[in-house]
Amino acid sequence: MFVYADNAATTRMCKAARDEMIKCMDETFGNASSLHTTGQLANEKLTAAREKMAKYLGCAPSELYFTSGGSEADNQAIISAATLGAKKGKKHIISTKFEHHAVLHTLSKLKKQGFEVELLDVHKSGIVTPDQVEAAIRDDTVLVSVMFANNEIGTIEPIAEIGAVCRRHGVLFHTDAVQAVGHLPIDVGAMNIDMLSLSAHKFHGPKGVGALYCKKGIFLQTLIEGGAQERGKRAGTENVPAISGMAAALEYACDNMQKNSEKLTKMRDRLIEGLSRIPHSVVNGDVEHRLPGNVNMCFEGIEGESLLLLLDMKGIEASSGSACTSGSLDPSHVLLAIGLPHEVAHGSLRLSLSEENTPEEIEYIIEKVPEVVEYLRNMSPVWDELCKGERKHVI
Amino acid sequence: MLYSEKVMDHFKNPRNVGKIDNADGIGEVGNAKCGDIMRMYLKIDDNGVITDVKFNTFGCGSAIATSSMATEMIKGKTVDQALELSNKAVVEALDGLPAHKIHCSVLAEEAVKAAVKDYYDKKGIAYDPEMFAGINSCEHCED
Repeated sequence: MFVYADNAATTRMCKAARDEMIKCMDETFGNASSLHTTGQLANEKLTAAREKMAKYLGCAPSELYFTSGGSEADNQAIISAATLGAKKGKKHIISTKFEHHAVLHTLSKLKKQGFEVELLDVHKSGIVTPDQVEAAIRDDTVLVSVMFANNEIGTIEPIAEIGAVCRRHGVLFHTDAVQAVGHLPIDVGAMNIDMLSLSAHKFHGPKGVGALYCKKGIFLQTLIEGGAQERGKRAGTENVPAISGMAAALEYACDNMQKNSEKLTKMRDRLIEGLSRIPHSVVNGDVEHRLPGNVNMCFEGIEGESLLLLLDMKGIEASSGSACTSGSLDPSHVLLAIGLPHEVAHGSLRLSLSEENTPEEIEYIIEKVPEVVEYLRNMSPVWDELCKGERKHVI
Repeated sequence: MLYSEKVMDHFKNPRNVGKIDNADGIGEVGNAKCGDIMRMYLKIDDNGVITDVKFNTFGCGSAIATSSMATEMIKGKTVDQALELSNKAVVEALDGLPAHKIHCSVLAEEAVKAAVKDYYDKKGIAYDPEMFAGINSCEHCED
């Protein structure tokens, strides 16, 4: 059996998006800035895509800026707020320890430029509270950036409440909603969101395209200079097929959200239940405030990369936060942020489902993961020490 | 692909996995904090020949593959020959490793050395401590 369970990394494109892209490539290949008919047809596609997406996010079409993806949107949002802050003498930025690197690395760069960056601790449940945010806000705070849902452990943050706190204090609020858009209901107005980043390929759209929502009246810094595309805020000929495909994917995701969410939640909970029977395992992050397709667990005494390779051999494709998969000596900063010790964080497994997965696939995963965990534990000196009582169980 | 066919072969079908009861030398290197630990067991006869070798490893694919390859390379060899095993030789035997995985081969070399050191200690065989300097000195773990 083949099971793709790495949908938080990326998804397969849905038919609606693929069909729309092919149609665009065939029929509306023009440059949206050209005055002739072919160009204007492409421009109409852009307008239609912007209107469609705005409807699903609860904003005005003119508040949406197309980007190359979530990372660019995060960069632009944060740098814009910082530029504005610097003009006003406000150089304090609040974020969290478990943000995506697109946020964290942008903040590190700003720190070197003299900004004071305060990263809030994350409770072991994987939740940051509005009270934490409120306590950190100062007179010179220019921006709060808290992710909508975490990419590794899938926990959903109280975004509307954090937004309300920011609004009350007159502080800009940005959220990296890359994992949430198309999966959770979002209304930027009702949730007091000033800026929001999204990426198409996380909701069955194409790769290399995303968007930044920026509330009307909020200063936006241009990162890519050139032509006047995106109202001068993002130069470069628009990738009309990708943008149009993204809009089609969002429409499909939002129109089917409730149905998909119910199906996913059932499969997720069954998977958690099945894998929790493995001795000395733990679910990472709150189980209730969680993306419907996210399962993230640690198994004591084993290492994540070898777990992934063995699962891949059995046709199960997943991801891990071990050091070897993160490409550094440390395991995932997210797992460390929620307080897992290094040796436990190395043994993490993320299974991220989509509505394309089936209950049969879930049963297959529940059958195979314990076999692989047992096999690796049998050759693990760490597990040997745990069994002999020479090392203390942490989970 | 991330790994060569040789690495995947040794990862999928690791040679000499297990333990040896009453081993003549046991060496353990690495740290759970860093994500890899290798433990090597040696059975050594009166002529100083390694007659059996087993390993246990907690770690990534290349940690398991390098452990497996190292055991194959020293089985049937003398202790002196085993001490000459370099991480480079293990990497070459595996048809290469990705750059960020080279440290796994260093661990494999050190696991062999640590096991031999244990054998010397147990037997009361004199040696130059310099031979084993640097084993288990991961800067990352020492905090």
